[in-house]
Amino acid sequence: MSEHAHGHHRNYLRIYFILLGLLVVSIVGPMAEIRIVTLITAFGVAIVKAYMVAKNFMHLDVEKPIIQWLLGIGLVLMLILFGGLAPDVMKDKGHRWEKDARFHQSTDPGHHDGAAGHGEKSDHGTSGSGH
Amino acid sequence: MSAKPIATTRSAMDIPTGRLAVWWLLVSEIVIFGGLLVAYILNRQAHSAEWSAQAAVTDWRIGAFNTFVLLTSSLSAVMAHQAAEKGDGKKAARLLYLTCLGGLVFLIVKSFEWTTEISHGYTIMSHTFWSYYYTLAGLHAFHVIAGMLVMLWVAGTASRNQELHRVENVGIYWHFVDIVWIFLFPLLYIAK
Repeated sequence: MSEHAHGHHRNYLRIYFILLGLLVVSIVGPMAEIRIVTLITAFGVAIVKAYMVAKNFMHLDVEKPIIQWLLGIGLVLMLILFGGLAPDVMKDKGHRWEKDARFHQSTDPGHHDGAAGHGEKSDHGTSGSGH
Repeated sequence: MSAKPIATTRSAMDIPTGRLAVWWLLVSEIVIFGGLLVAYILNRQAHSAEWSAQAAVTDWRIGAFNTFVLLTSSLSAVMAHQAAEKGDGKKAARLLYLTCLGGLVFLIVKSFEWTTEISHGYTIMSHTFWSYYYTLAGLHAFHVIAGMLVMLWVAGTASRNQELHRVENVGIYWHFVDIVWIFLFPLLYIAK
């Protein structure tokens, strides 16, 4: 226990109330219904809250660097997954591929239009053979 | 019979093995939850209009209350760690029980929420949003249950002033569960 006894000087109650304050911000901000404000107050604040919990409650800031690297690798893998797939979703066409018109159709199984649900993904895959 | 060193008493990389194991576990959890969150975000981008219509059904007040509950339980978990560091096993155990209570409140609220949604026809098969909603929140709830069970066991030993290092280990896990919810809350309840 002693080798990791570094929490004595932290004011956990103060950190807790800051987190609650940020929670209020993340609720009130999106009520403005402005996209950029929602992104910042909902997701930006979530990142800040997560950082505060990791730093102050998990004591990640004073943990051995190998742990920070391990966790960092996990996060980087997540970003690679996002970066690798995002262009397919967020762009309608690219070099030698174009998104099928049915891509944006309903994912609701109640819509019996032949391309509902995840079915469009296979269409997308076949039409976009170039990427 | 002579006492042999066992894994829990070793120190690998100058980190107690138990704590190292928890961090390893959390790295794998980042990949699990991270993959799901990425898939959720990409699906939402692909089907934003109808996704918003489905997401509008969730009640942000319930999500906010559960966020408050988990943040509070994280506070009691870290205070249990603080008590354990001071060698006060009984106080650490009490605070761990309090943390478990937070987990229980979270699950009760979640079960009422799910019951209402399912009774209104929003099942895991209704729409891709609801598939992700139940998968993400369900997997998270499973982690809450697992954390509570381990925490009850750790609290039992801590109350006898034994194995106090475990208080920190289970606390680290619990804070991670809290962090996952911190991201699920805006995704499932706020950004509609």
